[in-house]
Amino acid sequence: MKARVVVTLKSGVLDPQGKAIEGALTSLGVAGVSGVRQGKVFDMELEGADEDAARATLTAACEKLLANTVIENFSIEL
Amino acid sequence: MKSAIVVFPGSNREGDMARALTQASGQAPAMLWHDDHELPAGTDLVVLPGGFSYGDYLRCGAIAGRARIMDAVRAHAARGGLVLGVCNGFQILCESGLLPGVLMRNANLRFVCKMQHLRIEGADTVFTRRYRLGQVIEVAIAHGEGNYEADDETIARLEGEGRVAFRYCDAAGRLGGDANPNGSRNDIAGVYSAARNVLGLMPHPENLIDPLVGGIDGRALFSSLAQAAA
Repeated sequence: MKARVVVTLKSGVLDPQGKAIEGALTSLGVAGVSGVRQGKVFDMELEGADEDAARATLTAACEKLLANTVIENFSIEL
Repeated sequence: MKSAIVVFPGSNREGDMARALTQASGQAPAMLWHDDHELPAGTDLVVLPGGFSYGDYLRCGAIAGRARIMDAVRAHAARGGLVLGVCNGFQILCESGLLPGVLMRNANLRFVCKMQHLRIEGADTVFTRRYRLGQVIEVAIAHGEGNYEADDETIARLEGEGRVAFRYCDAAGRLGGDANPNGSRNDIAGVYSAARNVLGLMPHPENLIDPLVGGIDGRALFSSLAQAAA
């Protein structure tokens, strides 16, 4: 089974990289962007076909390693 | 003092740290590898040195914080044993759950490598007893992710419990503005665990132990530890 985990900064956490990207887009003439928040995407291959088991595995992966829950949220797409 | 330095793939300050510990205590530290699973018997102090463990992949300190040796470090800390993390070592302590908060990208997005003044915020711990409260020292900083952040509740708890060890300041001890090199909340450069036996800091006191390289303001940290463990 293929899965995608998206890790993003919690709202309210300062994201200087997102700010710098937003500034670069403006200076490149890409108009209409009023905010950028940078995150991470993990494309994962899972054994088995059980969705509940997959969610449990990925939640454990996020809480143990992929996300720092002090500052980051995660979401799981199957 | 029996000390041990943990070396991870990508650590690069272990030699400086070993020199500082040997100078202060007269005893060379044991060098451990990340995949070891126990500390030498009778270890007083475990040090996580600076560097770029695991290439800073995922998040700085994230993978090292879950290395096998960290179970032994956590058990040592739970017994009241001393733990010091410098720079990447501080990041590892935060990622491993031994210290609260997180070190984020510097607010100005630049790697900073320069001399920096610090104010001693608590001189009553085993790490800082040879400094004076409020003393301003000058040490080196070299990091891209040293911007200390935690939620409001955690910051209030650290401040309320007197667990901020060092703050960035200028030569006169003034806080704020350009004296803060990375955007850290409340100018925090180092924090203690609740029991004050674990200290993490971004600056490099181990690089300021010899007049030949520009100063000895870092020495008192290591002599404090040697005195505590004597």
